[in-house]
Amino acid sequence: MREQVDAIYRTESRRVLATLIRLLGDFDLAEEALHDAFAAALERWPKDGVPGNPRAWLVSTGRFKAIDGLRRRARFDASLAELAARMQNGGSTLPAADDESVEDDRLRLIFTCCHPALQPDAQVALTLREVCGLTTEEIAHAFLIGPPTLAQRIVRAKAKIRDAGIPYQIPARENLPDRLDTVLHVIYLVFNEGYSATSGGSLTRHDLSAEAIRLGRLLLALLPEAEVMGLLGLMLLSESRRAARTSPEGELVLLEEQDRSRWNREEIAEGSALVEQALASRRFGPYALQGAIAAVHAEAPTSATTDWAQIVGLYDVLARADPSPVVQLNRAVAVGIRDGPEAGLALIDPILEAGELENYHLAWSARADLCRRLGRTTEAREAYQRALTLTRQEPERRFLARRIASLD
Amino acid sequence: MKYLCLIYGVESVVGAMSPTELQSLMSEFNSFTEDIKQSGHYILGQRLQPVHTATTVRVRNGKMSTTDGPFAETKEQLGGFFMIEARDLNDAIQIASRVPSARYGSIEVRPIWDMSR
Repeated sequence: MREQVDAIYRTESRRVLATLIRLLGDFDLAEEALHDAFAAALERWPKDGVPGNPRAWLVSTGRFKAIDGLRRRARFDASLAELAARMQNGGSTLPAADDESVEDDRLRLIFTCCHPALQPDAQVALTLREVCGLTTEEIAHAFLIGPPTLAQRIVRAKAKIRDAGIPYQIPARENLPDRLDTVLHVIYLVFNEGYSATSGGSLTRHDLSAEAIRLGRLLLALLPEAEVMGLLGLMLLSESRRAARTSPEGELVLLEEQDRSRWNREEIAEGSALVEQALASRRFGPYALQGAIAAVHAEAPTSATTDWAQIVGLYDVLARADPSPVVQLNRAVAVGIRDGPEAGLALIDPILEAGELENYHLAWSARADLCRRLGRTTEAREAYQRALTLTRQEPERRFLARRIASLD
Repeated sequence: MKYLCLIYGVESVVGAMSPTELQSLMSEFNSFTEDIKQSGHYILGQRLQPVHTATTVRVRNGKMSTTDGPFAETKEQLGGFFMIEARDLNDAIQIASRVPSARYGSIEVRPIWDMSR
C-alpha cells in the first residue's frame, strides 16, 4: 500500500496541489492540506481500498481538512472564521474529476509563480518549488546559494502574492503573449542553470535541465503555442549533446571537437520536429530560431560539414527578433567561420567596445579564438586571460588555461 | 482590494509641453477619470502641484525641521495619484497602464493596508 501511495504521490501530488491552491487561495494552506490528505490516504486506504479517482479523493480530503483546521483556529482568531466560511461556500467549483480543469489549475499555478510583479529569481524559485515540487534544499543546492536565503526568497514571494493581491489565474487573451514570455524565460533560465554546469558537478544540476524540459512539456501540453514548441525543441537539441560535452576526465569539449556519435538521436529527432512545427506556424520567435540553429548543428554529420551559411542566415533573422548583444556575438562567431576570422573580428570588436559584454567571458574567448586563428598571438593571449578572470567555472578555466599554454 | 497608483514623471517633460499638448493631456486624464468612475474603480484622484512647492517635515528627538522641496531628489517626481478599488493586482495593473502619463512616466501600484484583516 505504501508503494501505491508513493506512486500516486509521484504522479498526482503536483496536480492535487495546483487545484488545492485554487480552492484555498493560499500556497501554505494548500501545502499543508496536501500533506494532510496524503497522511489520511495512508491511514484510510489500507482499510477502504484505493479510491477509483485518487486525485479527486485527495483534493476533497485536503480541502475539508484545511477548512476544518481553519475553523478550529478560528476559535482563537475570529478573522479565520470568515475565511473558513468563504472557502466552504465560494468553494468555487467542487473539485472536479476531469482532466481539463486540473490542467487549467496547473497553468494557473505556472503563470502565478511567473508573475512579472515578482522578482525574476523569486519566479524561478517559486516555480521549481510549487510547480516542480523540488525541495528548498534541492533548489538552493542547484543554484549554489544557502538554503535559508532561498527559503527567504520563497517566503517573500508568497507574501508578495498575498499582500499585493496577485490573482491565481490564467492571463486574459490579450496579455497572454507577454506573460507567456516570462514563463518561457523562467524555464530557459532553469535549463541554462543545469546546462552550463558541466559534469563532475552534482547530479542536481543535470536534473535542473531535465526539470526544465519536463516543465516545457507540461506547458506545451497546456498551451500548444509556437514559441513553447520552439523552446522545448531548443532545450531537447541542446540536451542531446550533453554526453559529448565533457570528456571522461570532466574537461570541456567544444562543439567542433565533440564525438557526434554520442549525441542523443532521439532528442535530436524530437527537438528538430518541434522546431520545424514551430517555424511552420509562422508565429515563431527567438526560441524557435535558436532551436533552428541548434538543429542545423545537429544534422551535420561532422563539424566540417556544418551549413554555416544557413546558420548565419538564421542569426540574421534572430538578430531582428532579438537584437541583444549576445545574439550579435554568436552571429559574429558564425560569420567568423563562414567568412574567415577577419570578418568575425570586424564584428566582435565593436560589440566589445560598446561595453555591454565587457564582463562576459565568452565574448573575450571568442575574440581570442579569432586572433589565434589569425596568428595574432599576443592579442589572443590577452583576450584569453581576460576571459579567465571573468569565469569561475573550473572546467572552463582549465580549458582557457590550456588555450593560453598552447599559444606559447 | 484598494490600491494607490502613484504617478511619477519627469516634471520638465510636462513643463516643456505647448498649451495644445497640455490641453490634450488634461483632456485624456479627464476621460480616463470618467472611465474608471463608470467602471467602479475610482475612489479618489488628484493632481499635485510641482515639487518645488513641496515642504518636507521631520521630527527628530522632539525637534521639528522643515526643508524646502521633496523628501528626496528623484529622477522622476510624484505628480499625482489615483486611489482605486480593484479585483486584484492584475486588475490594478490594467488600470495603471491606462493612466495617460504611463506612456512617459512610471506608475507605482501599491496595495493599501487592509486594516480589517
